[in-house]
Amino acid sequence: MILQALAFYVFAFVVMASAAMVVVSRNPVYSVLFLILAFFNAAALFVLIGAEFIAMILVIVYVGAVAVLFLFVVMMLDINLTELREGFLKYLPVGALIGLVLLAEILLGLGVIGGGTTSLTGLDKATPQVIAIDNTRAIGRVLYTQYFYLFQVAGLVLLVAMIGAIVLTLRTRPGVRRQRVSEQLYRPKGDAVTVVKVPTRGGV
Amino acid sequence: MVIGLGHYLFVAAVLFTLGILGIFLNRKNVIVILMCVELMLLAVNINLVAFSVFQGNVVGQVFAMLVLTVAAAEAAIGLAILVVYFRNRGTIEVEDINAMKG
Repeated sequence: MILQALAFYVFAFVVMASAAMVVVSRNPVYSVLFLILAFFNAAALFVLIGAEFIAMILVIVYVGAVAVLFLFVVMMLDINLTELREGFLKYLPVGALIGLVLLAEILLGLGVIGGGTTSLTGLDKATPQVIAIDNTRAIGRVLYTQYFYLFQVAGLVLLVAMIGAIVLTLRTRPGVRRQRVSEQLYRPKGDAVTVVKVPTRGGV
Repeated sequence: MVIGLGHYLFVAAVLFTLGILGIFLNRKNVIVILMCVELMLLAVNINLVAFSVFQGNVVGQVFAMLVLTVAAAEAAIGLAILVVYFRNRGTIEVEDINAMKG
């Protein structure tokens, strides 16, 4: 039990520290790398709490897809780093103020819930697994029956996002000659070949 | 030393606040703003999964998966818009994004 608590504190600390580094680091590439670290440690937190499936999905989707996408875009865009850092200190006071107020409100809210009628104390222990069924199986049983339409809609959202991203970034450059296979295939024979009757010794 | 729900909620609260702070601090770099949005969504996911596990109800994890889907779609679309914008204007500063005069 004490080992679990220790692991929680380590992972939670790394998550929060790397999230802070995402915000303050100078280079966007470092920001992306710290984001990856934060996602890994959040996945570790999920494993610790017993939600393995979400943890693995987090690693696959966030680290494998989203963070790599960010990394590609950061490296593709040739941006001026020093110019982007201007105004960092200008916005620090108001940003810190808003952040502190928000954090205080959230924590106060947690404290009120904890002390109030709807107490969190009853939820203080992870509920013992009544049936011996693993996390992935439990999610699958709910996801593919009760929430099947929602699952389909999630797939649709991804499809729309994919098509949208392709349509947005696709460009046809003017002046580039490229092979148009369908036009070549559908060209009638008369356009391409003419049969000429050539008289002997006469030439065309 | 028992790790309870409150611990996870605290981590999520700090992550969410850091995301908000990042949006305020990086007023120029749209990429970092998008990353901060991802951080905030991660905080929401931590909340959902923590409540789901501590209440013994798996629906929260299903919802967290849907949030993950939307987050991935949002990142893809946002970065596509960013690439197109950079191609047209040659900069990604937030203050220069005023073509629509909003």
